[in-house]
Amino acid sequence: MMQADKAAACHGLRIELGGRVVLEHVSFAIEQGEFVGLLGPNGAGKTSLLRVMLGLLAPAAGQVEILGGSPAARRSAIGYVPQIRTNPAGLSLSARDFVAAAAGGSRWGLPILSKSDRADVEQALDLVGGAALADRPLGSLSGGERQRLLLAQALLGRPRLLLLDEPLVNLDPHRQRDVVELVQKLQRQYKLAVLFSAHDLNPLLGAMDRVLYLGGGQAVIGNVGEVINGPVLTRLYGSPIEVMHAGARIFVVPGAQP
Amino acid sequence: MSMFQYDFMDNAFAAASIVALVAGLVGYFLVLRAQTFAGHALAHVGFTGATGAVLIGVSPLWGLVSVTIAGGILMGFLGEKLAHRDVAIGIVLSMSLGLGLLFLHFFTAYATQVTALLFGNVLGVDLPTLRALAVLGLVSMAGLAVISRPLLFASLQPELAEAKGLRLRLLSVLFLAIVGLATAECAQIVGVLLVFTLMVGPAAAAQKITSRLFAGLTLAVLFALIEAWLGLTLAFYSNWPSSFWITALSSLIYVLCLLAASGRTRQHAVGA
Ligand SMILES: Nc1ncnc2c1ncn2[C@@H]1O[C@H](COP(=O)(O)OP(=O)(O)O)[C@@H](O)[C@H]1O
Ligand SMILES: [Mg+2]
Repeated sequence: MMQADKAAACHGLRIELGGRVVLEHVSFAIEQGEFVGLLGPNGAGKTSLLRVMLGLLAPAAGQVEILGGSPAARRSAIGYVPQIRTNPAGLSLSARDFVAAAAGGSRWGLPILSKSDRADVEQALDLVGGAALADRPLGSLSGGERQRLLLAQALLGRPRLLLLDEPLVNLDPHRQRDVVELVQKLQRQYKLAVLFSAHDLNPLLGAMDRVLYLGGGQAVIGNVGEVINGPVLTRLYGSPIEVMHAGARIFVVPGAQP
Repeated sequence: MSMFQYDFMDNAFAAASIVALVAGLVGYFLVLRAQTFAGHALAHVGFTGATGAVLIGVSPLWGLVSVTIAGGILMGFLGEKLAHRDVAIGIVLSMSLGLGLLFLHFFTAYATQVTALLFGNVLGVDLPTLRALAVLGLVSMAGLAVISRPLLFASLQPELAEAKGLRLRLLSVLFLAIVGLATAECAQIVGVLLVFTLMVGPAAAAQKITSRLFAGLTLAVLFALIEAWLGLTLAFYSNWPSSFWITALSSLIYVLCLLAASGRTRQHAVGA
């Protein structure tokens, strides 16, 4: 047992895909109720790390612990928002039936919900402000509205750790802020630990307590100021990186060769 | 003169009712998962099974059933490996029709067998076949009842379903085995070439006009039953083939639902 009081703890992780090392020497812990931004460019290994934490991908080395147990043993305590699909099935179904499919959806039998499952679904819809969408077909909803339904599914069964895979992708800045604020509200209301992946850090700046930054096959964790600066990211990538501040916004750019 | 004075019409109505029920339910999930092509493909390979069975002196129904189930299981295991292999799949499918034709060539009652298998022969359903259809229908519906909840979850949100411990491959294999069984049953009524009409038509029409799961399942079954019953009745009084009428009604219902759906969205757009 490593750290039973943590929402999640990884130690010395190495993740390999198709014989290639995607991430190495990854160690970090997420406190209960903490909001951590999982940042890094496309292909940095954000999705792979989340899949390891869900128990869907076995690490080549190292340990993962979720709430003091194995990912498989803590399945019901993890809420997961997968990266949104480009051509999802069931576009003709109503938003409510879509969310309801995830309520106890892994039990065998007919898709008939118990009273408490139904109450769970309505509550989850309410929490994400999706009650007004409930009767509309999925195909008629915007990207932001669909993203809220995915969040509702993740909230079923009252998870204690929420893993979100790039929920801001394809949203305009307004909708991005809505999603971040919604997640932050839920985090505070339910003392949820949140690991929120994104490839741009700016939408998360006001919301995250710490940042877990992936790059160059490695990871660093810390406060925004500790991690998002030239020297740390240059060491991480092994090539010059500059961090520019423009008002409240921060930009990570490849630096000039010295 | 009532058509129910004839035993063959009683049998035909009973057989068509069983198959319509199965086709509506299985078809709903097939359309939801965008796997309608599977039904089509399984029917084609089923033709080889049916004719092969005739050749070795076994009932074509059992040849059909065993090959479509085996085909469904194989498709489930291959999974994504089958995606974007249109040419390879096309070749396998035409090859199975060709092989079926060759098998029948060695068999004497050639012409009637071919049309019965390709286009169905619901008026020729005898009592033993009816019993077999009832048993197969019960098996496929029981199977669907057991897997429908996780199947729905896995169809709509595969990544989340997997994270909650569902085995996607196993579900896919089980579902396609049930589709194989349902395909074999449909082929008894409308023939292997027209399975689409009973399995996909009603379910696709239902999903056009309702967004609610249970309403959709109910409508899919209802449409399939109406198409089968009305098709048989029209065939009896017109003397035209029942498979023709069933396909015509299936297309008609689909088009009507399409029009109803587009009317509804236009109203939405105006109202909004
Ligand atoms: N199934 C796979 N086999 C081999 N390499 C893969 C596979 N899936 C992803 N990768 C590679 O692993 C790396 C990390 O991918 P991913 O975790 O999806 O990154 P991110 O989510 O940060 O964009 C990428 O370089 C990607 O190309
Ligand atoms: Mg990713």
